[in-house]
Amino acid sequence: MLTISLSQFLIVAAILFTLGVAGIVLNHKNIIIVLMSVELILLSVNINLVAFSAFLGDLTGQVFALFILTVAAAEAAIGLAILVCYYRNRGSIAIDDINMMKG
Amino acid sequence: MGGTALFFYLFSTVMIGAAFMVISSRNPVHSVLFLILAFFNAAGLFVLLGAEFLAMILVVVYVGAVAVLFLFVVMMLDVDFAELEKGFWQYLPVGGTLVLVVLIEVALSVGAWSIGPISIANVATPMPPGMTNTMALGRVLYTQYFYLFQAAGFILLTAMIGAIVLTLRHKVGVKRQNVAMQNARTPAEAVEVRKVASRQGI
Amino acid sequence: MYAAIVFLPLLGFLIAGPFGWRIGARPSEIVTTSLLFVSGALSWIVFFQVALGTAPASVSVIGNWFTSGALQVDWSLRIDTLTAVMLVVVTTVSSLVHLYSIGYMRDDPSRPRFFSYLSMFTFAMLMLVTADNLVQMFFGWEGVGLASYLLIGFWYEKPSANAAAIKAFVVNRVGDFGFALGIFLVFVLTQSVGFGQIFAAAPGLANKTIHIFGLDLDAMTITCLLLFMGAMGKSAQFLLHTWLPDAMEGPTPVSALIHAATMVTAGVFMVARLSPLFEQAPAALSFVTIIGATTAFFAATIGLVQNDIKRVIAYSTCSQLGYMFVGLGVGGYSLGVFHLFTHAFFKALLFLGAGAVIDAMHHEQDMRNMGGLWRKIPFTFAMMTIGTLALTGFPFTAGYFSKDAIIEAAFASTRGGAFYGFLLTTLAAGLTSFYSWRLVFLTFFGAPRWAAAGHGAGHDLAAHDHAAHDHEAHEHQVHDHEDHGHEGHALDPHESPFSMLIPLGVLAVGALFAGLIFSHDFIGEGGPEFWKGALYLRPDNHILEAREDIPGFAKQLPTLLMVVGFLVAVLFYFLAPSLPGRLARGAKPLYEFLLNKWYFDELYDAIFVRPAFSLGRLFWKGGDGAIIDRLGPDGVAARVVDVTGRVVKLQSGYIYHYAFAMLVGLAAVITWYVASGVR
Repeated sequence: MLTISLSQFLIVAAILFTLGVAGIVLNHKNIIIVLMSVELILLSVNINLVAFSAFLGDLTGQVFALFILTVAAAEAAIGLAILVCYYRNRGSIAIDDINMMKG
Repeated sequence: MGGTALFFYLFSTVMIGAAFMVISSRNPVHSVLFLILAFFNAAGLFVLLGAEFLAMILVVVYVGAVAVLFLFVVMMLDVDFAELEKGFWQYLPVGGTLVLVVLIEVALSVGAWSIGPISIANVATPMPPGMTNTMALGRVLYTQYFYLFQAAGFILLTAMIGAIVLTLRHKVGVKRQNVAMQNARTPAEAVEVRKVASRQGI
Repeated sequence: MYAAIVFLPLLGFLIAGPFGWRIGARPSEIVTTSLLFVSGALSWIVFFQVALGTAPASVSVIGNWFTSGALQVDWSLRIDTLTAVMLVVVTTVSSLVHLYSIGYMRDDPSRPRFFSYLSMFTFAMLMLVTADNLVQMFFGWEGVGLASYLLIGFWYEKPSANAAAIKAFVVNRVGDFGFALGIFLVFVLTQSVGFGQIFAAAPGLANKTIHIFGLDLDAMTITCLLLFMGAMGKSAQFLLHTWLPDAMEGPTPVSALIHAATMVTAGVFMVARLSPLFEQAPAALSFVTIIGATTAFFAATIGLVQNDIKRVIAYSTCSQLGYMFVGLGVGGYSLGVFHLFTHAFFKALLFLGAGAVIDAMHHEQDMRNMGGLWRKIPFTFAMMTIGTLALTGFPFTAGYFSKDAIIEAAFASTRGGAFYGFLLTTLAAGLTSFYSWRLVFLTFFGAPRWAAAGHGAGHDLAAHDHAAHDHEAHEHQVHDHEDHGHEGHALDPHESPFSMLIPLGVLAVGALFAGLIFSHDFIGEGGPEFWKGALYLRPDNHILEAREDIPGFAKQLPTLLMVVGFLVAVLFYFLAPSLPGRLARGAKPLYEFLLNKWYFDELYDAIFVRPAFSLGRLFWKGGDGAIIDRLGPDGVAARVVDVTGRVVKLQSGYIYHYAFAMLVGLAAVITWYVASGVR
């Protein structure tokens, strides 16, 4: 069924991954976009897993993609909850204010 | 067979374009909407790869839950997003260059990827022939990966509890019903009998 | 018996030292003192047997100390007349000082320590005088130095006492360095350190040369000069004398025992013991004469103007030691040893008497605050007067025989430097008379200056002090003082307890009659059969006979000057009390020069101490601080701080910085992966 090779899927995933990373770096002030970029990165990983799964004929990849979806959903929920909490306390979500880890 | 390739390019292009819009759009609401679009197209790619179940899950979980959650939060919080855009252009040259380098290098390394025979020989759970993707996945998930599946469930439970704990707050000065206390009341402490002198009140 | 003399004090030290705190102060005193008295009694027996009797000189080996190649060192006791004399001096004075200390130190809380030190000193001194080889002598030499250090710094809570102790130790190191070099040289020349072999080899070494620093030097002269350097340090001779006056910071019994009678005479003893070597080195003997004479004169001049009662006596000691070296230097070893013998009696007497005065004055040492004491403490006054008579050489007292004999010998000698010695010692005799009588007059006569001080502005303070001493003072009251009720008197001089007065009496007997009794044996016709060869004289050394044949004026000159000194003292402090002050003002530079002890402390401070300090500071600040520390530990630590300071800046706290760093790391890893082609 496939004339599309594995490499093409991997390259698409790589592009998606770099876009996610670029989103984190460029939108460093907007934590919501940063969270969305993280979702994009996870999605690219999922694409990789599913693509390998399909081309190898091995279901394990899809199983793990499923787990990653689970974790990603949990992460998004917690992340957004923290965000809401933070907004309530500080009245802002600017990352520049979050530097309590400063050494 | 040209159809598959056509759809692959269609889904890929739209997904990458949407992802690009996610990180570059000025309005976070637009970003969320583009994120949903990207997920839809990723689901399309999954279908092309024969993973229908994951595709559906992606749509249901991400589009139906996560993305909506994002949308909800973005709209709920009154944030001056113009303020948050500062620094985008400042980091673009360095960040963009770096990202481009990474991309080219990754593309170079995976461009000529081929699966060796040893990998094929080491397949852990081969796809059973003549079975739908959902059914095959279910068989593996509930047998071989049962404990991991349960662990995933616990992670979700924990996340749910955590989110509630984080966001729930009791407002002071709001009266609430306490059933236990109501049931524990006795007439002695609920009723007081007084003699009231006439024309005087209490 | 010989061993018992030496080791009984050690036993006392071992009992009173480690266990003194357990058995208590009084038992410690009794144990050490009684052991010392036993030792002293045995010493007198030995003296009568060996020196006066006919018992032969002997060397008894106790055991081998160490052997290394040709070097063999034994623990041994050499008993001959010289040793017997020293044994008598050391044990007698030491036992009397022990007894005296029981009274003098009665208020001190650490008496066991004091008595153990005293006994340890005595043991070390006895090891020194009984040594049959140079190494054992050096052992005793250092032992007495250690004891001296410990006892000078006995009141270690006083900073001045600590400083004096360290000064004594360090100055002695200079001398001991020479002594040690001398021992090495003796070993090089004779392949032995035992006295028997050395003395046997000595005549053969005369005129032998040794090649040092490109020069051919007379071996015996060099050896004797080095050995004499040790004697200079220990006996506080000119140039190395500075520690002795400061050593008066120690308790007065210590001054009497160590810094008057015994330890400081170790140098004299050493030169006398090594007379076979010194006889072969006439140049060295001339040097000894010159140094001795210079010390005798110079210390006497300083003694003229000092106000601290103990310092006057200390300078007097220094001066008398100079006399002894003059006696040795002109070849009359027996004269030096005889003066050592008599000097031990009267100088210990003077010191102990001064201690009694100080005790009576409640630890006041400045003679300007005394005066009129002879009514209060007549016994002490009488003893001090006897000591002074003996010291100044009043006819038929101890000093008359020994000191005048030295001056006569210096006149008679033809050795280089002898006339210089005669001149200075004669002058010093007059000075000695003056300062000794000055001490007596200032302390015991004139108006009581202490009473005025007590009634003056310092009344409250002094009364408080008196209250503290009240109990003790009355408990040990000996002298009846019915006409001086103690109320209203801040200071009430009192006679000392019997334990202090008895030693004074015994020593006074020695000071009066030691010369009369023993001069025939020590320096007169009985000399040869008394010494029995313990002191070596070259066949051409006829100094002892020659001194008898000198003109009459030279014989009478010291006595004459003694009288002149006495008369001047009478004039200054009886007839015209304002004269000393006028003289001091009139000749102010000279007075200041003497009062500041010829500026020797300042000179040494400028020549040695300050350069040493600045050199030390250079090494400390420059070498250690600037180079080792700055490049070593401090430098490394500072670099770590610098680096971490910069690393801390990396830790900005912004998550996107960390994300960016991760991205950079990722890019680097992938670049490496691609570039190296790792598959």
